[in-house]
Amino acid sequence: MKSGWLQIASALVAGILFGFGLSLSGMLNPARVQGFLDIFGNWDPSLAFVLGGAVVVAFAGVALSRRMKRPAFDEAFHLPAANCIDGRLVMGSAIFGLGWGIAGFCPGPAVASLSLGFWQTALFVVAMLVGMIVHDRTWKRAAS
Amino acid sequence: MNAYLPSLVGGMLIGLSAAILLLLNGRIAGISGIVGKLAQGVGMSTNLAFVVGLVIGPVAFLWLFGQWPTVTITVGWPLIIVAGLLVGFGTRMGSGCTSGHGVLGLARLSPRSFAAVVSFLVAGVFAVTVLRSIGI
Repeated sequence: MKSGWLQIASALVAGILFGFGLSLSGMLNPARVQGFLDIFGNWDPSLAFVLGGAVVVAFAGVALSRRMKRPAFDEAFHLPAANCIDGRLVMGSAIFGLGWGIAGFCPGPAVASLSLGFWQTALFVVAMLVGMIVHDRTWKRAAS
Repeated sequence: MNAYLPSLVGGMLIGLSAAILLLLNGRIAGISGIVGKLAQGVGMSTNLAFVVGLVIGPVAFLWLFGQWPTVTITVGWPLIIVAGLLVGFGTRMGSGCTSGHGVLGLARLSPRSFAAVVSFLVAGVFAVTVLRSIGI
């Protein structure tokens, strides 16, 4: 894959918008995320507004993309082809959800908040990378 | 409602970011996928540019509002390590996280992503409920 500078620039702009959006939304704060998941306790519904707002705008983008033959800066759209709901998907997502609930971090906010300089987020990101590598070295090889 | 306005606007910016990446580069803004590819050395330049932007985002917030976004971390290092391992492993196994499945998957009306979102929400609620019940 050849990446032109336009692709790099749009990825950078998209990243900044994403990180700024996370900051504004309160999603960067693990306490808020855990508050959203604490539906049997002191529930904080704000994350539903974050997800709702994001999905509505992304939906418009998806609708627009379906009218385009190709994206502006590439030859074709790169979309996931898988369409069956299997054990890997459900199990993997459940494992992710457990980790998400335990610390209140998912990958986006964890990486974005590295700029705030908390050692906890750095530790989390390192552990997350280790988890990814462990998966790719073991499970993926066993499955293929 | 006003209390939720920053959350709504922030969410819309996240959606805008996802739309930009899709319409311009034809890519899904899935953070676990982007970070995973970066760790594997695939598509380095664009994925690195996105991650650099992601880290700049809170700095832009500081520049605009004169303060860092609030971050309150309550769990200790052992649970942070456990959570990180689970998040890394789980997002690779389930092919996505809150952004790829949660934002774009739902926007694309993908049945796989609906299943993934239900699964990680139920597991997340379970984890927090258990932690709260044992006083963490």
